[in-house]
Amino acid sequence: MLEITNLRAGIEGKEILKGVDLVVPQGEVHAIMGPNGSGKSTLSYVLSGREGYEVTDGSVTFDGHDLLDMEPEQRAAAGLFLAFQYPVELPGVGNANFLRTALNSIRRARGEAELDAVAFLKMARTEIKRLAMADDMLKRNVNVGFSGGEKKRNEVLQMAILRPRLAILDETDSGLDIDALKIVADGVNALRGPEFSALIITHYQRLLDHIVPDRVHVLSAGRIIRSGGPELAHELEAHGYAGVVNEAA
Amino acid sequence: MSASPPNAMQLATTGFLARFEGNSGLRANPVRRRAAETLRHVGLPTQREEAWHFTSLRPLAGIAFQGAHAVHDHGHDLLARVAGIGGPRIVFVNGRHDTAASEMPDFTTVGEPALDETEDAVSLLNTMFADDGAHIEIPPGVDGETILLASLGVAGAEPVAFHPRHRVRLHPGARLTLIDVSLGRGTYLNNPVFDIEVAEGAMLTHLRLQDDATDAFHLSSVRATIASRGTYDSFALTLGARLARMEVHARLAGVHGAAHLNAAQLLGGIQHADFTTVVAHDAPSCASRQTVKNVLTGKSRGVFQGRIEVARAAQKTDGYQMNQALLLSPDAEIDSKPQLQIYADDVKCSHGATVGELDADQLFYLRSRGIAEPAARAILVRAFLAEALDPIAHEDTRAVMEHAIDAWWKGHNP
Repeated sequence: MLEITNLRAGIEGKEILKGVDLVVPQGEVHAIMGPNGSGKSTLSYVLSGREGYEVTDGSVTFDGHDLLDMEPEQRAAAGLFLAFQYPVELPGVGNANFLRTALNSIRRARGEAELDAVAFLKMARTEIKRLAMADDMLKRNVNVGFSGGEKKRNEVLQMAILRPRLAILDETDSGLDIDALKIVADGVNALRGPEFSALIITHYQRLLDHIVPDRVHVLSAGRIIRSGGPELAHELEAHGYAGVVNEAA
Repeated sequence: MSASPPNAMQLATTGFLARFEGNSGLRANPVRRRAAETLRHVGLPTQREEAWHFTSLRPLAGIAFQGAHAVHDHGHDLLARVAGIGGPRIVFVNGRHDTAASEMPDFTTVGEPALDETEDAVSLLNTMFADDGAHIEIPPGVDGETILLASLGVAGAEPVAFHPRHRVRLHPGARLTLIDVSLGRGTYLNNPVFDIEVAEGAMLTHLRLQDDATDAFHLSSVRATIASRGTYDSFALTLGARLARMEVHARLAGVHGAAHLNAAQLLGGIQHADFTTVVAHDAPSCASRQTVKNVLTGKSRGVFQGRIEVARAAQKTDGYQMNQALLLSPDAEIDSKPQLQIYADDVKCSHGATVGELDADQLFYLRSRGIAEPAARAILVRAFLAEALDPIAHEDTRAVMEHAIDAWWKGHNP
């Protein structure tokens, strides 16, 4: 599904990813863990197509297509979703309108029929309930005045509505209390299945107690230095990144 | 020293004066004659005058505008753009009332207007030539509901100028929503003056859509007096004309009056639009609010000049002014000139200005959700205008304005 080969990328002339190799097969959930500054967020931005990042070498394919050649909206239409570490506020844009415009843009790009307002609202309300979000969430402006936890839940709501084939969760656990963490984890787990893959980027192991990954990768100084099963997350939690980083070096 | 040759604005002044002198009917009125004498003296403004520093009338100087003849049954198709606004309507074509296209509202007459003296050059022109207009007078305590006042400019090979003079008077406790739209085709000068009186406790909502033809000139003046506890709540959306200047002069004459002079200017190509306001706080405890939004593309230029004058007696004045601009091209320009003249000592007056481009993070966020770049940009522009458009309570008008903005956006983002 997602194949990253020798990816080198950076920003403003500074190389941050120094040859990342990673394969996420269809239906699997992988975690990327790593210390601050290891390149976790750069990887998520390069994969989702944010401007300003320069890819100098390597390739990324998504279902066999060259992902790096696609505009951000084309990546979304192809089934990629990035849950932002810092969700962006959109004053003057209503959440319901935003979600419906996004959903229908993706449906249109896939040649599917658009959802009318009634059908959309019905679907959105179901998801909102599942995520234990307040009903007025749809009426408010996108992320404006939301608490940190509300913003992260709004990301998971978007994911639930857009139904990606590959979700990248960039530090979605940061700033969440344990209840919100469980809700977010449930939101991801609800999507798990043979048609859904996820790349969970996190600094801490605690989210992985709730979303148990198939594989865990350690990113350090722009490279994957170790990969293993879910037990690797516990090893990191017990011994810290330093031990793993030194061992690899 | 020999006299220098006349400049373009002097020639333009001479042209208007010659047309006035050639019309014995107009000359018969002493108010018009005095206006012409004053104009001969002061001339049409040049950019050397402080109030016209940012806006040049030169583009209209070389055009030989003719007086508009009555042209009935012309331009009615333009009304399709405001078909969504139901209720009574008063239609003017080239400044003349068009009976066939109108559905006359109550409390309204049309015809040759009563002419008050005017001072500035543009409204002097109106006083010289105004020969038709609407006269709306809402009796005490009556809700006049909604009146649409549509001005259609229709010019063929010959450029025309028209100067309607409208008078709107709300007696104590009266209410009215006046929707004033300017549409047209061809090269014309639309120079209306609105004389407005809002009596005690009355409320006038004035919603304005200036979507004049791309070759047109729009110079309008509102002169509003607001009595105690009266409200003049106006919003003007400027989309059209190659050169536009809207002046709004509001005088808060009684305690607890309110004036809201809000505007949005969406410009592209070589358009130039100027929103100039003067709010005179002459009485205590009045509030004025001005939020002006500019969306500028191409080589367009937006101007906002806002003056707040607080008289010595006007204690507890609350004045607020904000000018925001979204520049969508490197060649667009915004000029912002706030002026506060405060002679009272217990007042709250603030002003501010922001200039920016579309936010790259917001754009990426929308695109990462599958929304293509042009649509994402449109969403962010609409969001920028939300503060101005969302409070419009009259839904038909808001819908017409939204539609006009969509059409504008499509026209400037092919």
